[in-house]
Order: sequence, then structure tokens, then C-alpha cells
Amino acid sequence: MTESLLALILVFAIIAASVALYTDELLSAVIAVGAVGFSGSIAYLLLGAPDLAITQIVVEVVSLVLLIRVTIGVGLRLTSGPSSRKRITAAGAALLAVFALFLISLKTFAAFGTPVMERIQGAPSVFYIERGLELTGAANLVTGVLLDFRAYDTLGEATVIFTAVLGGLILLRRKGRKNTGDSAEDAG
Amino acid sequence: MKNRSLITVTVSRWVSPFIFIYGLHLILYGHITPGGGFPGGVVLASSFILALLARGREAALQRLPYPLAKRLDATGAIIFLLTALAGLAVSGIFFENFLLEIIPGTPMRLISSGTVLVNNAAIGIKVCASVFLIMLFLSVLRVGEDEQIRTIEKEEG
Repeated sequence: MTESLLALILVFAIIAASVALYTDELLSAVIAVGAVGFSGSIAYLLLGAPDLAITQIVVEVVSLVLLIRVTIGVGLRLTSGPSSRKRITAAGAALLAVFALFLISLKTFAAFGTPVMERIQGAPSVFYIERGLELTGAANLVTGVLLDFRAYDTLGEATVIFTAVLGGLILLRRKGRKNTGDSAEDAG
Repeated sequence: MKNRSLITVTVSRWVSPFIFIYGLHLILYGHITPGGGFPGGVVLASSFILALLARGREAALQRLPYPLAKRLDATGAIIFLLTALAGLAVSGIFFENFLLEIIPGTPMRLISSGTVLVNNAAIGIKVCASVFLIMLFLSVLRVGEDEQIRTIEKEEG
């Protein structure tokens, strides 16, 4: 049941992604990308990852609002060059080849839903699950892993956001910007 | 500024405190129930973004002034780094959960996970300020007028 629902959502996400690629209007593309994000959130929920689903849906809502706010009223149109028959055939052949390789590699995968610890001996996830509550005291194991066992990753994530804001601040600042005439000011 | 719809203004004024409380819940109970610093911080920021979109930049900056947001952004990052360095100082391991031995607490309670709660709060503050600032930058830069940058810098002092 879960698997067929998941497949349905994935097909929906692929259709939305193609719409985002081939639509002419920027606003429609942004909304289609939002649909991809929301279907990803539902997929996480079906796979039993509520933490990820909450994060995905919240970030998706905020970024969708942000992107719509930026694109609305601008009236930008996406233009794509003429696609010749030769290029389409080549792209199709490449896609088919990649898909065939994927089908071959699919046979070596474990069955859907098999935990990592049953595939690899001594995987750290066994240790995390067995002693996570005892070592971190966090009943929500996901938070325990994110902020205790793997806090380094979270530090990197925080650095990424900090750098993004720093970039915005640098674009906005006026102090220290050299006044070299009106034309330079317009360009900056 | 512009003539805004009465319904939008009133509803946003009523709803944004509830969004704020939900964000606080996600951050503070992130180690017990699904949630955590990152989604909680974005929810906190979205309560300010709602004010920004529905009632204009002035209303949003009244709730979370620009200098305060900048400072909160840096403060969250510094608290997160300081807990990591405190773990290094106490036990020699970066990001060691040293508070768990001092205040063990009881599992499934608010005070139960030592530094995880502190880190969650720090990340929440940081992400809230960051997302709000990014939205603010885009709302200023979209128009691209120097006038608006000047007004935002005047509030900075």
C-alpha cells in the first residue's frame, strides 16, 4: 500500500518537475517546483520520517512564498532555444542507457525498507538506536543524532545559512562603499 | 503605505502569535517529539514573514528590528559554537554532551538531554533570524531603490 502510494507521489513529482522545466512563465515554474517539494514532504511522511516532513513542508512554504514574492509582477519569461530532432534523439538515447544501467543495479539493492544494519555488519546505526537514549537523553532519536552524535554536520549547516545572510548583508551595506560617481553607484 | 485589505491585516495580526508559539514548541520539545531547531526556527521566522507580507515592512521591523535580527543571528551561531567548545574544554571531545552528566533529568521530560536542548535553542534563534533577514533583503532588493536601503540603514543607526 505504502509502496504504491509512494510510486504515485513520485510520478506526480516527476510530472510537476517536467512542467517546471517546459513552462514559459517563471511564476508557473516556481509553483510547479513547489508541488515537487510538497510531494517530497508527503513521501517523507509515508516513509515514517515526520521530522523531515515537518522541515520540508515548512521550508517549502517559506521558500515558495519568497520565490513568488520575488517573481510576481516581474513578468519574466523563460526562453528556450529551438530543439532539433537530432538533439532530442540523442537525449532520449542517453536517458534510456542510464535507465537500463539503473535497472541492472537495482537487482543488487536490498529489498525495500530493509534497515542498513541488516545489510552491513557493525553499522553505526545499530549503536545509535541501542544506546542513543542513554547517551544523549533525547527521546527523539533524530534530534539526538543531529545535535549530539553528528553535531558537526549541523555546525556546517548553520555555517551555510550564516554565509547566505552574510552575502545579503554585504550586498545591502552602504558604509565603506566607494562613491566613484553616479554610474558606478547604479552598477553597484 | 498601500491600502491593505482589512481582512488580511486583522487575520495576520491574530494568527502570527499562534505561529510563534508553535515555533517555540517545535524548538523546546524537539528532543522529545518530531521537530527541532531548524523547522522551529523557520516557523518562528514565518510569523514575522506573515507580518512582512500582510502589513508591510514597517510592521515586521517593529516586531523584529533589523539590528536585533542581525545580533540574534550572530548570537545563535556563537551559542552553538560555545557549547561545542565547552564540551571540548570539559571532556576533550568537540560537541561532547557534558551537561547530561551534570543535569541528567528524566527521559521524555523537557530537561532531559543536556546540550541537545541548548543547541536546539541556539539553532532555532539563528535560523529564525537568518530566514527573516533573507526575506527582508529580498523585499528591499526587489525594488532596487537606494532610498529603501538608506531607510533600513537609518534604523540600524
